[in-house]
Amino acid sequence: MLEKSEENPNHKGVWVFTEQIDGKLKNVGLELLGAGRKIADKLGEELVAVLLGYKVIELVKDLEAYGADKVILVEHELLEQFTVDAYTKVLAELTIKYKPSVLFIGGTLNGRELAPRLAARLNTGITSDCVDFDINSDGHLTHVKPFGKLMAKIICKTRPQIATAKPNVFKKLEPNWDRRAKIVREEIKINPEDIRTKILGRIEANKNPYGSIEDADVIVAVGKGLCSKENLKLIQELADLLGASVACTRPVVDRGWLPSSQQVGQSGKTVAPKLYIAIGISGATYHTVGMKNSDIIIAVNKDPKAPIFQIATYSIVGDLFKILPLLIDRLKKEVKEVKLSITTKGE
Amino acid sequence: MSKAGLRIIVCIKQVPAIQDIKIDPITHTLIRESMPSMLNPWDEIGVEEGIRLREKYGGEVTVITMGPMQAKEAILRCLAMGADRGIIISDKALAGADTIATAYALYMQIKKMKYDLIICGKISTDSETGHIGPHLAELLNIPQICYVKKVDLDIEKRRIIAHKEADEGIEIVEAPLPVLLTTAIGLNKPRLPTLKGIISSKRKEVKVLTAKDLGGSLSNYGLRGSPTFVDEVFEPPSRKPEMIFQGDPKEVVEKIVQVLLNKKLISSRS
Repeated sequence: MLEKSEENPNHKGVWVFTEQIDGKLKNVGLELLGAGRKIADKLGEELVAVLLGYKVIELVKDLEAYGADKVILVEHELLEQFTVDAYTKVLAELTIKYKPSVLFIGGTLNGRELAPRLAARLNTGITSDCVDFDINSDGHLTHVKPFGKLMAKIICKTRPQIATAKPNVFKKLEPNWDRRAKIVREEIKINPEDIRTKILGRIEANKNPYGSIEDADVIVAVGKGLCSKENLKLIQELADLLGASVACTRPVVDRGWLPSSQQVGQSGKTVAPKLYIAIGISGATYHTVGMKNSDIIIAVNKDPKAPIFQIATYSIVGDLFKILPLLIDRLKKEVKEVKLSITTKGE
Repeated sequence: MSKAGLRIIVCIKQVPAIQDIKIDPITHTLIRESMPSMLNPWDEIGVEEGIRLREKYGGEVTVITMGPMQAKEAILRCLAMGADRGIIISDKALAGADTIATAYALYMQIKKMKYDLIICGKISTDSETGHIGPHLAELLNIPQICYVKKVDLDIEKRRIIAHKEADEGIEIVEAPLPVLLTTAIGLNKPRLPTLKGIISSKRKEVKVLTAKDLGGSLSNYGLRGSPTFVDEVFEPPSRKPEMIFQGDPKEVVEKIVQVLLNKKLISSRS
């Protein structure tokens, strides 16, 4: 096991592992370049995108446009498919060579397997699902994440300080296609026997009848206030009228009313749609950390003290079983064609 | 594999049974004593899978946890489900451990044991990091397969073929034993302990270990051995509600529709 590497001035640079699958960059990597830009500027250090894959050089221009000062590129046949063994090996070797101070990894399923494995190899600290970062007076990164009903600021004494964040938590920078970064190619030896897990095949996911929630513009979300699975019909009808995807809280998944793919919150997904309609959701922090960055939040709850009203843009105090049928009727009459203006995000 | 069959270790955790967890104002760590608690549901899936594999291939299932002595309840639950023996690592010197220090303590014990398969929950419902499985696999230098939905073993060749959740669907992955798995929903439906199981669980061995039993330097355990610590705890900032609608449902609905129209979230008939 490596000795723990305490904070010292030799560790410099803010790194972002920018994951690609099948030659396509994951959005969360670009979002973390946005978060990393702020931290790198505060520290007066470089922002470095680390890109692993095979024949992926054309992705470098995106990393430049979204804020990287430097791109470390490792191309190898054995990096074409993501494997924890190969990716951990390469990132560990790069980290030991360059000694970055910070390493951000997107909280995709791959990222969530990779980051803790890498942290254990480097014998350094890791903080998952961060929602904000800053630099404190001692030069440590402060990792902000939900902790029960409260928020916690976490400090990591060792280097690199590894952190993950879910998709849709941080915002990408506006791309600047004239920006140029320094490109550094690294050759790292990988042997087939380094990779102990062999991918035999992939089964593509079935089409989701409730709609994908990660990139939806409008989400209709339900909590246990829905009372029974049968009442989902109401929610689906409203969602169809609004062209929305259906999301939910953990208690709804626990009751088997909706699959976990629709769950928003700390143990589910993070979303930031233009409109989030929260129906029968009390608003525990576990849920709200996953949706509070939505542009507009409309909350329907019969309890005027429900915490969801602390973050709702429009708070509707009332019985959802009275309000929803009326709203559905009204929308059917009023709306000729339910259409979203795709260009008005943030309005 | 030994003649005795598969040697399976399942790492488990006792978690608060309620969402309203309490945090120690001084140490900023979870207060775990005297809280209603339960076996972490993801670990329960792991215990079930361990028992099923033992039923199919023979062998034994050991459940291991680190925590206050209260966590023995969770161990007993696993034994009542059908696990063969339990180990609880409990010591004040281990308190305040982050995931690195926790995995290290588990590693120090597990490396002394013989195993073909280690199973961890995907996450725990209290801290939800999902770190322990990958940390432990790395410390033991064995492969990991996370978010497993289906397990097939080839005992002759000592290999596993697993279906795992991936960002782009399901991946079918093969690896040699020993291997560490983490559970996904859908892997199985955990059984309830039977009365017979509960009675026989009382006769099963539960070993209690301290930091000294684990060996190594105490500076690697607990808060001292943790690279990360909670520096500050604060109330989440609240967004001021812009408008509150209440009263006659018809009027309320009218106001919502006006908002949707004004914000161009729907387009009007007129």
